[in-house]
Parts: sequence; structure tokens; C-alpha cells
Amino acid sequence: MFEPLSTAQRARSDSLDAVRRVLATIPDPEIPVISIVDLGIVRGVEWEGDAPLITVTPTYSGCPATDVIMADIGRALTEAGFAKHRVEIRLAPAWTTDWITAGARARLAGFGIAPPGAGAVATARVIDTSALHRRVVRAPVRCPRCGSAHTRELSRFGSTPCKAQHRCEDCLEPFDYFKPH
Amino acid sequence: MTEDRRVFDYLLRLADSDLVLAQRLGEWVGHGPVLEEDIALTNVGLDLLGQARLWFAYAGEVEARFAEAGRSEDALAFLRDSGEFRNLLLVEQPNGNYADTMARQFYFDVWHQLLLVKLAHSRDPRIAEIAVKAEKEVVYHAERSADWIIRLGDGTDESHARIQAAIDDLWMYTGEMFDPDEIDTPLAEEGIGCDLRALEPAWREAVGSVLDEATLTLPGGTWMQRGGKKGVHTEHLGHMLATMQWLPRTYRGAEW
Repeated sequence: MFEPLSTAQRARSDSLDAVRRVLATIPDPEIPVISIVDLGIVRGVEWEGDAPLITVTPTYSGCPATDVIMADIGRALTEAGFAKHRVEIRLAPAWTTDWITAGARARLAGFGIAPPGAGAVATARVIDTSALHRRVVRAPVRCPRCGSAHTRELSRFGSTPCKAQHRCEDCLEPFDYFKPH
Repeated sequence: MTEDRRVFDYLLRLADSDLVLAQRLGEWVGHGPVLEEDIALTNVGLDLLGQARLWFAYAGEVEARFAEAGRSEDALAFLRDSGEFRNLLLVEQPNGNYADTMARQFYFDVWHQLLLVKLAHSRDPRIAEIAVKAEKEVVYHAERSADWIIRLGDGTDESHARIQAAIDDLWMYTGEMFDPDEIDTPLAEEGIGCDLRALEPAWREAVGSVLDEATLTLPGGTWMQRGGKKGVHTEHLGHMLATMQWLPRTYRGAEW
């Protein structure tokens, strides 16, 4: 039996939508073309008594951007009239680049960062020591500028923990690659 | 020893190995052989530091169950002396040359990954969720350090000689990774920790196959140096802690 929402219920649900809209405007501090919602780290928005509870999961455990993101959430929600709120960090399930939205992947490429392949991450990992050997060939990473698949890894880490440095062998441009995680 | 005390000590072992190795890697900042390596080592250190914080935070909560109060992450990291550190002897060894650093990293990374895969099934849900998170990062560390072992071993005569020497020199610190004691054993039986002995065959297999590809020889020595988990350290740890801890000890309550 479908019960229509009461006015109060509708107001509460509208407010959560408003909170979600505010969160969607907060850019990732290190990759400003995508929001923290695009990045997939906002795991929940709900009511806790009379205040919104926002659940966030970190990308990498040591990522220094996490503290900045927390501060940004607090500031943005306060400015939007949600001074009373709580942000909770949740570790499980662990963040994966599979949660980055399709739109955000396109914007990453436009920004010069090769996006991680979708579905590239196995969810249940078993020890696979073959990955320790160099004969393992990974799918080529495409250059975000010219689209060439003729690229080379320069270093397994780039400007942030979530990226690696690659270079295009055709247009010769170095670029960041958002690692599948 | 009560269950909570055992878990606390166990968490310190996990946290301390991460923290000490993170600090060692941090010593490379500005000294890496090339900029990319400088950045890579720092990023590996950053992952380990993040993991150390997760273990310390939980250790502090567990400590509060049997002590008057649980210590903060900072108090655990900066206000304990070397005798209270529970890290593996391997990770406190000095950076040496680049081969020494990568051999240390390789031995540790492979073990670390095997351990975390097991701890991901811990009956303690907090340990399990931290392990799952950390393992995703560590698998990448292991691949990277294996790359370097192969590159150096199967490189020039000079790089081959140096990485073989590093592999040999650090070998005696690998034994305690697989050496359960009166804390490891009951926790493994309860499904909170894991059977360290069971990790050894997989570790030897993985390390051996990479050394093989790197044209290097797996050391055969059977005498192993032990003590890290009990707080009996090599002389290097105290010097490292002096550098790491002087600021918060000299300026109590200092904040970033």
C-alpha cells in the first residue's frame, strides 16, 4: 500500500537532496574538475536525529587530501544552512576507482589525466604472484591528449598517491594516469 | 595477559612496522636517484603512514579497555622509546644504497601483502576492514619493488652485485616475520590474527621466483636475528627515533 509522504517527511527528504547537491559542488582538492561525489567517496547521506549524517570513505589511507575534504564539507554545508551536521569516516567497503562516475572519467581525460579503466579492479583479490613479474602485460593506457595507445609508464607514482606518470610515445607528452584501485 | 592487552600489542606491531618503514622512506626525500623515484618512495611511505595511523587509532581504543585511558596516535608514535617499539628489525635497517632500500622493501612488501590477505578475514571486524584497505595499497608496493629487484638484478654487473649483496645482508632479518610467539599464537587460534608460519611457503615461492627472474640467488642462511616484536632492536632504531621524535618531545603539545 503506497502511503503518500507527509509534508514533514517530504521536507526532510528534500533537505537531504539539498545536502547531496551541496556535496556535488565540492571539488576534489587535487583534481578540481571532479567533485567528491564524482570520485565516489561520499557513501551515504541520511538523517541522524535532526542533523544530516554524511559518510565518507578515504581513497588511499595516507592521502593528505582527506583532511582538506573534511574541512571543505564542513564549510560548504555550513554556508548552505546545514551548520548542524556530522561527517563520519567509514573504511569498509574500501574505496575503488570503479566508483568514479562515467561523466567524471570523461572530465579527467579532458583535464589531461588518463582515467582508470572501468571494472579494472577485481573485488575479491587472491594472491597472484604473477603480477610481480615483468612479463605480465597490462592493457595499454591511452594518451589523454592524442588518444594513442603507444604509451609508456615512467613511474608507478605521480603527483598524488592515486596517480602514476606515463608518457605518450607518439605526441611525446607526459601525463598522469589515475591508477585502477 | 588479557585478550585486550594481546590485541593492543598486536596492533602496535602492525602500526610500528608501517611507521618505522614510512620514516625510513621519508629519509629519501630530496635524495632519490631521480625525481620520479623520490616521489614514488615518498608515496609508498605515505600509504604506510596512513595505515599506521589506522592501526594506532584502533590500538588507542583497545588500550582504553584495560588502561585508564587510551593513548592518541601521536602519543603512541612520538612518546614511546625504542624498547616499546614492536616493529620488525627488517624495517628499521638504514636506507643504505638504493639496492639496500629496495631489497628491504621487497622482503617486507611480499610478507605484508600475504599477512593482510589473511587479516582481511580476521574475526575482529576492525582489523579486517583496515587490512582490506591496506592490502589494496600494498599489492601495488609489492609489484613496484619486484620490478626494481628484477631491474637491478638483471641490469649491469654493478647493480647485480649491489642488489645481491643487499638481498644477502638483509636475509637474517626475515626470520622473525614467520616466527609466532605467545601473542601471535593465541590470536591466530582465535581467528583474530593469523598463522605466521603458514605465510612462509608462499613468501619463499614469490620471493624466489622474482629473484630467479632477476638472475639473483635466494640466500640459504638459516640463522636469523630476532627481537623486534619484543622491543629488542638493532642500534639503528634509537637513532631513527631521535630524529623522528625530537620535535614533539622538545616542544610538548606542538601542533602543525
